[in-house]
Amino acid sequence: MLGRLSVPPTVKRGAPFAVRVIVQHPMETGFRRDYDGKAIPMNIVDKLSCTYGGREVFRAELGSGIAANPYFVFYVVARESGPLAVEWSDDRGQTGKVAADVKVA
Amino acid sequence: MRRRDFLAAGAAAIVALPASAQEVHDIDPFVNAITSGATPEAGGIDIELPQIAENGHSVPLTVRVPSPMNELDHVTAIHVIAERNPRPAVASFHLGPWSGRAEVSTRIRLAGTQKLTVVAALSGNRFRIMKKPVAVASAACIDEASL
Repeated sequence: MLGRLSVPPTVKRGAPFAVRVIVQHPMETGFRRDYDGKAIPMNIVDKLSCTYGGREVFRAELGSGIAANPYFVFYVVARESGPLAVEWSDDRGQTGKVAADVKVA
Repeated sequence: MRRRDFLAAGAAAIVALPASAQEVHDIDPFVNAITSGATPEAGGIDIELPQIAENGHSVPLTVRVPSPMNELDHVTAIHVIAERNPRPAVASFHLGPWSGRAEVSTRIRLAGTQKLTVVAALSGNRFRIMKKPVAVASAACIDEASL
């Protein structure tokens, strides 16, 4: 599954920085019907988490109340340069991952 | 049945349909599940949400909880509940002192004009609750199948 992750080009040690992530996913609620009147089965990203410096720094449990192509902005305190990764999975077991390098100035 | 009664019954059924499709849920069970029965303190949360949402399929939401976010005093979770959605539990976000700022933005679905509830869990088993009214011009899920 596709997604995009954005962190500032450089961050200041000890200060929080914004992590922006968008996941390409229909977030099908299970309430809609197609043109033949058949119910479209539910398919939503229900878990998303962010790791930085080998530790989980953000976790979300999501429901069908999140809009299609889920978008999140959250904050993390900069400690040291290193990879930051966001992983997610949907209710059918499909997973996705995006990563970015955090540079502490 | 007289023709007049028949027409009146039909009109009543038409009026009742959309209302039942998006009834307002009692959110107390959701709040109690978060707080384990404790009464949350009202206020102390900033909810950024448009007063009038043109399109209920994607409504920008920012939740900010003023907090020092240190080891002793921080926000551990932010829960979003929409009372009029078919599934009121919209999302739960887990934070910690490593977040530095208790602020989360996302885009949510709203099935009609309602009060959005945000519950924040703080360290030391404390809770805050805040509600924000939002008018939804074109609701999400209005043509939903009744599952």
